[in-house]
Parts: sequence; C-alpha cells; structure tokens
Amino acid sequence: MVSYRCDRLPMTMMADIGHKRGEAMIETRGLRKSYRSRAGRETKTVDAVRGVDLDVAAGEIFGFLGPNGAGKTTTLRMLATLIEPDGGQATIAGADLRKDPGEVRRRIGYVAQGGSTWDESTAREELVLQARLYGISKAEAHRRATRALEAFQLTEFADRKCKTYSGGQRRRVEIALGIIHEPKIVFLDEPTTGLDPQSRAHMWDEIRRLRADGMTVFITTHYLDEADALCDRIAIMDHGEVVAEGTPAGLKREISGDVVQLGLGLTATAEAEKLLAAEEYVSRLEALEDGGLRLFVDDGATAIPRILRRVDGAGLDLRSIELHRPSLDDVFLTKTGRSLRES
Amino acid sequence: MKLARDTWLIFERQLHLLLRNPVWVFVGVFQPVMYLLLFAPLLKPALNAPTQAEAYKIFVPGLLVLLAIFGGLFQGFGLIAELRAGVIERSRVTPVSRLALLLGRSLRDVVSLLVQAVIITLLALLFDLRVFIGDLLLAYLMLALIALMTSAVSYGVALKVKSEDALAPLMNTVAQPVLLLSGILLPLAFAPGWLQGIAKWNPFSWAVDGTRALFSGDIGNDRVWQGLGIIAVLAAAGVYWAARQFARSVR
Repeated sequence: MVSYRCDRLPMTMMADIGHKRGEAMIETRGLRKSYRSRAGRETKTVDAVRGVDLDVAAGEIFGFLGPNGAGKTTTLRMLATLIEPDGGQATIAGADLRKDPGEVRRRIGYVAQGGSTWDESTAREELVLQARLYGISKAEAHRRATRALEAFQLTEFADRKCKTYSGGQRRRVEIALGIIHEPKIVFLDEPTTGLDPQSRAHMWDEIRRLRADGMTVFITTHYLDEADALCDRIAIMDHGEVVAEGTPAGLKREISGDVVQLGLGLTATAEAEKLLAAEEYVSRLEALEDGGLRLFVDDGATAIPRILRRVDGAGLDLRSIELHRPSLDDVFLTKTGRSLRES
Repeated sequence: MKLARDTWLIFERQLHLLLRNPVWVFVGVFQPVMYLLLFAPLLKPALNAPTQAEAYKIFVPGLLVLLAIFGGLFQGFGLIAELRAGVIERSRVTPVSRLALLLGRSLRDVVSLLVQAVIITLLALLFDLRVFIGDLLLAYLMLALIALMTSAVSYGVALKVKSEDALAPLMNTVAQPVLLLSGILLPLAFAPGWLQGIAKWNPFSWAVDGTRALFSGDIGNDRVWQGLGIIAVLAAAGVYWAARQFARSVR
C-alpha cells in the first residue's frame, strides 16, 4: 500500500484544517423534518426525523447506524444542506446550517450513496470540474486532481471514461470528488454498500487515512462490524430519533455483563427458555430463529456452570455453549427491541 | 462575476460532453432538413407564391422556430439522466450558483440550436433564399430566446417530475397545440377567424410572425419588436422559475 498521508494535502491546507481534537465539528439540537405523503385522498404527515441531538468531535470517524427508514439519510441530507430542516438548530464546522448554508457547503464534503459520476466523463475531468465549482483556480484544480488521482491509485484510469471503471474504482473517484476542496468534514453515505470484501477493506483504509489527514468523517452504515471496526463513536437511530450514542466499546459495556449462547434443537430451545427465564442471574434472554438461546448475564464465568447444571438436569441435549462480550447487534437489540439484521 | 464564472464552468462541461457525441446535433437537424427537402417544394404552388424563393421566405422561419421549440422542450431528458447519476446532487452540495446550473445547460442548448439554424439557413440559400445579414442575426436572436425559454422550462419540469415516462407525454401535449396554433407550417393568414383569435394568445405565433417579417426584410414591422419582447419576457420568467427548481430540494 502506498503511503500518501503527507502529500495528499499541501502544508498550507493542513494548517487550515488543523484543529484541536475534541473540538465540536457538528452540533445539532432538536433537528426535525416531516414529509407530507399522499395515500389515495388522504394526506398524512410523516415525521421522518423527530428532534435529533448530535455531537461530533473534530478528527473522529462518527458512525450513524439504523435500519432503513429510521431517518438516517434524511438527517444526513439535512446536514449536507440538501434539504431544509423544519425545526431545530445545527452548527457544522462552525457555520450555522439554517442561517448560512452557503458557508456550510464550503466547509463540508458529501459523497452520496447512489454514486455521483457521469458515465461519459473521465475521472480527471470530474475532479477538475468539482474543484472549480468550489471556486478553485484552473491551474490549482488540475494540480489537485493529479494529486487526488495518485492518492486514490486512479492515475492509470484517470483519462478513461467513468463507465469503464469497476465498482471499487468508481467509489474511490467519488470519495476523491467529495474531498477535492479539502473540507473540514466529509459525509459518506453507506460508503461500502455493494463493494466486495477486498474493496471494502480498501475503503476502510481510505477512510482511516482521511482521519489521519485531519478530517472529520461522518459515515452512515448498516454493517455493525464496520461501525465496530472503523468508528470512534456511533449513534443509533430508530424511528426518527437517536436512541443511543457513544463509543462502540462504551455502548457494549452499557449492556453490562456477558452474552452466553447455547446451541440447542428447536424443541429443546423452547424448554430451555422456560427453564432459564426463571433464573435470577439471567437478565434477559432471546430465542434464535433456527434454535438456540442467547442469554444476557452479569458474569459469564460464574453463570456457565449454573446454566450447564440446569440444562443437564432437565435432560436437554446441549450441542454447544459460547461465551462472548456483547456485540453492537446486542446493543441494537437492547435499544430498539429488534435485531438490525432483521430490520 | 461568480455567476458568470459558474455559468461558464457548467456551459463548458456540457458543451464538451456534447462535442464528444456531436452526432446529436445532426440527429436534431435531420427532421427539419427533411421538411426542407421533401415538404417545402410543395409550397410554391400551395401558397400561390410567385417564386420558390418567396415560398422559402415564409417556410424557413417557421421551420427554424419549430426547431427552437422542440429542441428546447426535450432537453429535460438529459437532465433526468444526470439526476439519476447523482451529478446534480453532487453540484448542489457545492457553493455553485443555482442559476448557473440552469443557465450553463440552457446556453449550451442555445448554441447547439444556433448551429442547427445555420445549417438549415445555408441549405435554404441553395434554394435561392436571400435574406439580409442584419435581419438574419435579429431572427437568430429570436430563436436563441425561444430555445432559452423552452429548454429552461423543460429542465424545470424535469426536476419536478423526475422521470422520462412523465416528461415525454407532458412535453408532447404542450408542444402539439403550441405548434398548430403558431402558424409554423402554414401562415395563419389562411386560418378562419376563430382560429386566428385563439392563436393571438399563443406567444409563439407572435414569434413566428416576427421571424417571418425579418426574413422578408421588413425589419420595421411591429411584429418584430413585439415578438422579441414577448419571448424575452417569457424566457426571463422561464429561467427564473427553473432556477428555483434547481435551488429546491431534488433527489
């Protein structure tokens, strides 16, 4: 892998982006958005986002999670000045979202989920145009395009039409487009959706590099492993509201204790569920669809012998037992009452 | 200043993409050329014109206005493709002027129309059409304003309906009566009184009359400045409305 941490940004720009870690980069209070939707003759008001408070610190990768329809994309589009909020306030990179969206636009980058490149243009043309739309001079735009092409390992394809690129190459062009003006913060809407595992891992490296360059990164995702591995802090959104916010480790710690997973047949699962629900050290349990139980307990090490005794005593056929720390999916389950995978 | 720079950027890109596939300019000019070659020869006897050149003085201006109207109205299709590719959204997160997003595109359409108009005029010259260069330039101004208006309206509607399936019937429905009520193919002088009465309310019929007057060398005719005035006002209104669509939320 080529390292380009230092040559991506000219020194002057590094100084411009420079900020203290921990300084607020996004601060929203009570951000709201409703839509009127028409079903037949009736018009209904749908509250897509109902009062969102977010705090994103400078220099962090912030993950925004939630099932489809939770209001993630609406929130993101409001923060990126693409739709106007109905209520609430937001300060982004020091500019007021509602009073001065033009200034917000100058300071942020945005990479949409569905792509943003034109089939008939080349990556270089797209990059130069995008830089110039931010008011950058022609010569400087060309310099930046060349640098971005190198940084994202696109030089080889730079002058080919975008329609000839692979999914991963195209996504890299799009990220490059989103940061060509060296914004303080970049919004990435599901940056790895639809990528193969290798391109996905590559994209994670790119995103970490943006952070290393001093940028704040705000990503939405519905991959919990991605949020866990990549994000410094996350917020979980459900039904238009933020239901949890914190570091992945902190959120997992919040569901105190451990998770014990039992491998059981379907009938044994039902019996074991009745049996173990009565145990005082089991704070919560969940039956898995194809058999098996997930038990939330305070201390796995002491719970396991007791669970074994109960299950064995009842003559149930236990195939496996696993002990693990709560995952983000467990956090999601606790906060929203369902698993993100189901939703 | 910023507006001019931004407009130029968008115009330059759009023109560049058009030139990469210049075949579209010729596809656009194909139909009018067919009219010129296969329909216009019927006109001398039909219109009772003294010479073929006289018939062309009536027909060619109408044909050019037709080209300007249709060329403009169907530009929205390209924009829907851009919307789908995410190019418009990518522009809208930058501080680029929203008016420039429209004007850059519409001006590209105007330039492409003028190229087509020149091709048709040159062909008509081969058929003995004669027109003063000053009059011709003024007629081109009229065409440019018409194309500016129709392409802006088409872009605005495209941003509203967001789908080709809705845009095509909508534009056809608008274009059909506008075309028939403007005396493009035959002068409305032949029309019965009631039809002339309705056509008076069609701004394009004023534009056609004005353009015809210019092709006949009658620059002092009231219809010239009236047509130019009406179309200029409508073009400004169309541009204003369509630019607002670019500023509003679009996916």
